[in-house]
Amino acid sequence: MTPTGIVLGIESSCDETGVGVVGVSGDGTVTLLADEIASSVDEHARFGGVVPEVASRAHLQAMVPTVRRALRTAGVVPSDVDAVAVTAGPGLAGALLVGVAAAKAYAVAWDVPLYGVNHLTAHIAVDTLEHGPLPPALALLVSGGHSSLLQVSSLVAPLHPLGATIDDAAGEAFDKVARLLGLGFPGGPFIDRVAADGDPDSVRFPRGLTGPGDARYDFSFSGLKTAVARHVEALGRQGIAVPVADVAAAFQEAVVDVLTAKAIRAATDRGIDTLLIGGGVAANSRLRALAAQRCTAAGVRLRVPRRRLCTDNGAMVAALGAHLLAAAAPASALDIPADPALPITTSLVGSSSSTRS
Amino acid sequence: MLVLALDTATSAVTAGLLRLPAAGFPEVLAERVTVDARAHGELLMPSVCSVLATAGVSMRDLDAVVCGVGPGPFTGLRVGMVTAAALGDALGLPVFPVCSLDAIAYRAGTGGPLLVITDARRREVYWARYDESGARIDGPHVDRPLDVPLAGVSRVAGVPDVLGLPVVPPQYPDPAGLVAVVATTLRARATPGPFHPLYLRRPDAWEPGPRKRVTPV
Ligand SMILES: Nc1ncnc2c1ncn2[C@@H]1O[C@H](COP(=O)(O)OP(=O)(O)O)[C@@H](O)[C@H]1O
Ligand SMILES: [Mg+2]
Repeated sequence: MTPTGIVLGIESSCDETGVGVVGVSGDGTVTLLADEIASSVDEHARFGGVVPEVASRAHLQAMVPTVRRALRTAGVVPSDVDAVAVTAGPGLAGALLVGVAAAKAYAVAWDVPLYGVNHLTAHIAVDTLEHGPLPPALALLVSGGHSSLLQVSSLVAPLHPLGATIDDAAGEAFDKVARLLGLGFPGGPFIDRVAADGDPDSVRFPRGLTGPGDARYDFSFSGLKTAVARHVEALGRQGIAVPVADVAAAFQEAVVDVLTAKAIRAATDRGIDTLLIGGGVAANSRLRALAAQRCTAAGVRLRVPRRRLCTDNGAMVAALGAHLLAAAAPASALDIPADPALPITTSLVGSSSSTRS
Repeated sequence: MLVLALDTATSAVTAGLLRLPAAGFPEVLAERVTVDARAHGELLMPSVCSVLATAGVSMRDLDAVVCGVGPGPFTGLRVGMVTAAALGDALGLPVFPVCSLDAIAYRAGTGGPLLVITDARRREVYWARYDESGARIDGPHVDRPLDVPLAGVSRVAGVPDVLGLPVVPPQYPDPAGLVAVVATTLRARATPGPFHPLYLRRPDAWEPGPRKRVTPV
C-alpha cells in the first residue's frame, strides 16, 4: 500500500543523532523509508560513559546533515513530509534540547504538526515497522537507562507500568560489568560477543528480586554487578587470570534469566499473549534466544525488532509519530520543553489529546 | 530583503524580523526579547512565530537568517543555533553567523574604546574589546572578571557593573544589532561564513580513574 502520510522522526536523547522517515498508509500500516544515524560514541569511549556536553555538541553539528541524509535516502522532498516527531524525553537534558529545537523549526518551516514523544514508547512503536500492527501486549523495555515491564493497550494510549528496576538498568549493568572485565564501551555488544565463547554455568551469579516475597515485576541488577566485581577480585587475589568469556556469559545469563522469567510471568498473570522486547539490550543475542525459548514454552507470541532498530534511532520516533498522525492526535504545542525525566505514562507531550498525562 | 534574527547566547531569548534596506540601518518590523535564562527551548520558536505574525510575514518570504553564535552558555546557545540551522535548511535560506558580543558592541555605538562582557557562569565572563571605530581588537575570550584587561577601555556594555566601569546599553544582543553586523555581507548576498558555535571552553569530561574495589584489599 502506498503511504498516505510521511513522518520525519528526530532522536537526540543520548549519544546518537538519529533521523528516520516513515510512511503510514490509510489502514495505519507503517513503512520504514530511512533510518540515518550519526553517533558520537567513539568520542565517549575513553571516558567510559556518555559525556553529556560532548554528546550535545555532536548533536548540533550532526542535526541538519542527518536530516538531509534521511530525506535523500527516503527519496522524499520536504513538501512530502506530513509531520515531524521528536524525542522530548527522557534523556540527557542538553542533548534532548537540540533535537526538540530542531524539530520545532522543521515543523514550523514545513507547516506540519509537531509530535514531542516519549523515547520509551518509541522503542516499543518501532517494532510495528517490522512486525506490523501491535495487538495488546506486554512490553519489556530494556536499555541503558531503563528496565521496565509495561502493559500496552495501544501505541497512542498511555502505557501502564507494571514494574521496573529499583537500581541499575539492565544496559547499565552490561556497561559496568564490561568495564570491570576490561571490555569496550558501550559494554553490551562486547559482552554479547565474548559471552558466545563462554560457559554460562561456570559461575552462578545471583538473580535479584526473585525470592518468594520479592516484588513480582521489579528488577534489581546492582547486587549482580557487585557479585561479578567480587568474583573478579577474588580471582585476582588468587593470582588466577579472569576467564573473561566465562564470567561474561555467566553474568549475561543471570540478567536475561531474570528479565525473561519476569516478563513471561507478567504476561501469564495478566493473560496477555504477546511479549514485545525493546530498547538497546533487546539487541542481546542470548536475551533473544532465551525469550524465544520461554515464550514458545509458555504459548506467548514474541516480537523483537531487528538489532539495528533496538538501539536508539530516529526511525522509532518516526514510527510513533506515524501512529499518532494516523490516529489524528493533536499536535504538541511549540512551547513544549525537553523533559529529561519524562514519565513513562506520557507518550505524547504538550498536546490536548488523551495520551497526555 | 527580509531577515530573521535570532540570538540565545545570553539569558535573553531574542527573535526579530527586519527589513534590510539597500542602504542604511535595518528596520525592525517586529521583535520579541524575553529574559529567562532557563527557558530558551520553550520560548524561542513561539517568539519566532509571534514576530512573523505581528509583521504579517510568512516564513516563505524570508531572504536570510542571522544568528548569534556566542560565546554563551552552551545549552541555551545551541537552541538558537540549531533553530537557525534547521530553519535555513527547511526554507533553503542562507544562515549568517554573528559573534553575539559584536551585536552588543554595534548597538553600544562609537564613543570610545569599549569592552563587551556577558555572563559565562561559574564566576567567569565572556569578553571582547573594540576600538573607537567599533572594530573588535581582542576576544572573544572567557576569563575571571579580575583577569579581563581594562587598560584603555572607557566604557562597558553587556553585563552591568562587573568591573566598575561606566556602563552603556545594550545589555543583550538585539535583532537590529545582529543584522547590522552582517549587513554588508547580506547585501552582497555573499556566502555565509562557517556556522560554528563559539564555546571557548572544552566540555567537562574526565576519564575514569581505576575502578573502585568492592572488597577491601
Ligand atoms: N547486544 C547487546 N547486549 C546487551 N546490551 C546491549 C547490546 N547492545 C546494546 N546494549 C546496551 O543497550 C544500552 C543502550 O540502549 P539504547 O536504547 O540504545 O540507549 P539509551 O539507553 O540511551 O536509550 C547500552 O547500555 C548498551 O550496552
Ligand atoms: Mg533508548
